[in-house]
Amino acid sequence: MSATTTTETELQTTSLADLLRRVEALEAEGSKQIKKKNKLTIIAWGGNLDQIWPTTILATTAAASGMESSVFFTFWGLFAIVKPGVRITGDNWMQKMMSVMNPGSAQKAKLSRYHFAGAGPAMFKKLAQDHQVATPDELIALASDLGVRLIPCQMTMDLLGLKREDLIDGLEEPIGAATALAEMRDAAVSLFI
Amino acid sequence: MDVITRTVDAKGQSCPGPLVALARALKDARTGDLFELLATDPGSRSDVPSWAEISGNELLDADVLDDGSFRYVIRKAV
Repeated sequence: MSATTTTETELQTTSLADLLRRVEALEAEGSKQIKKKNKLTIIAWGGNLDQIWPTTILATTAAASGMESSVFFTFWGLFAIVKPGVRITGDNWMQKMMSVMNPGSAQKAKLSRYHFAGAGPAMFKKLAQDHQVATPDELIALASDLGVRLIPCQMTMDLLGLKREDLIDGLEEPIGAATALAEMRDAAVSLFI
Repeated sequence: MDVITRTVDAKGQSCPGPLVALARALKDARTGDLFELLATDPGSRSDVPSWAEISGNELLDADVLDDGSFRYVIRKAV
């Protein structure tokens, strides 16, 4: 046989081995990638009416669309899930002052602009009523009903002096930042509102 | 001709009212059941098809009725 044939065979063997290596490398890369779920995760950081509202609208709509849906409440967002009847919370004057500045429940949430000492939110709610838009407190109850996982942040609860019994019923056990990240990591959509 | 299993009247309701009402009605239904959704929310024209796409249910028909309201026919697929 000629020398050319040997070279061709060698070439084929080399490229096949090379191809196998590349396939293995790709497979290894693929297994490291995170599989995204048909899921929405929202970090509810803001407690303003104009933040809690879109948060609860998106979370309920996702659940109604068959998506997994979870909301992680942290910082000012926590005050939106304080029980309506609960007034002053916290153990020391700083925490108590913060609870006075941030009256609990979504019903009492302020507008980030045009608040006008409460006239803004009242106007907003009147408009919402006229247009039959559910209010955030109604939406939170609806979210819970539709299977949206409502999860408070343990660290900010401690920081703000909010206890489990200060918060509404139907919440999941409080979690930390790593668990919140795990929630976001596999969600096709994750938002910070 | 397929028979409508249930009519969901969400007239007057705004986003996300009609979809939530529809999802709730579908929850206890059987696969293949036909639903009629009535709405006045103009946003439903884009929202109902999007909802069908995300949820995997089938939107069979979308009409504007004589009074300007909307009628959608949905088949529960999942």
